Amino acid sequence: MQAQRSLDVTLAALSDPTRRAILARLAKGEATVNELAEPFTVSQPAISRHIKVLADAGLIVQRVDGTKRPCRLASGGLAALDEYLDMLRNALERNYQRLDQVLAKRQGRRDTQT
Amino acid sequence: MSKLTLETEGETFVVVKRRFEAPPEAVYRAHMDPELIQQWLLGPDGWTMPVCINEAKSGGKIRYEWSDGKGGGFSLTGEIIELDAPHRIVHVERMHLPDPTPDNRIVTTFTAEGSGTLMTMRMTLPDAATREAMLATGMEHGMEASYARLESLSSRGGV
Repeated sequence: MQAQRSLDVTLAALSDPTRRAILARLAKGEATVNELAEPFTVSQPAISRHIKVLADAGLIVQRVDGTKRPCRLASGGLAALDEYLDMLRNALERNYQRLDQVLAKRQGRRDTQT
Repeated sequence: MSKLTLETEGETFVVVKRRFEAPPEAVYRAHMDPELIQQWLLGPDGWTMPVCINEAKSGGKIRYEWSDGKGGGFSLTGEIIELDAPHRIVHVERMHLPDPTPDNRIVTTFTAEGSGTLMTMRMTLPDAATREAMLATGMEHGMEASYARLESLSSRGGV
């Protein structure tokens, strides 16, 4: 059930646009809470709460640097979700490539009949 | 390049989009006619679907049985809720692995786009037990972790 909790927590963390924007910003490199709060109209405590959700989900890590707490993306945080979505994507695409062939064959047959 | 896009919608849904070089009538039929379904809805290479029942009417029964040719296999049953040919299919399905997985309600739409079709399929994210059972049936075969973590973030983002 560990994997389930992990996926649920990851999806909950990703369900918020501000948190996705924070992740997108961190994809460019480490940033302090102040730097992360800058582009948003929400308060710094609100940003701190988002950061806590992302950290609890294992998506980001925070280190202590004097009075600052810079954040960066955690490696492996999206693993549980990625693994399932990768599997689904590949299984579907394999089927749909076969469907492409089925459709092309039928289309071809119709063309030769007319 | 893959023509398929797959995005999560909130915590509950997965939305898959794929384009086909055929009109909606043909793509819809390939989803409803058992003889055609058996040619493509197969999963990993080497698997076949010896049993394919698909009653194309609302309330119609669905039963697919797959085999890996080596004594392994699993089945899926379901019911068609609503049909609007050739634009929309609403159905529920569950896999038997062999215990039935929770019902998954799936809405599939086919929209004409030029000479082709845009298919959109919206389904529920399965729970962990279902995912593990799916992986155990061999669906992970050929799995590639082919896309970068950051690309997955941006595609899922819609920031």
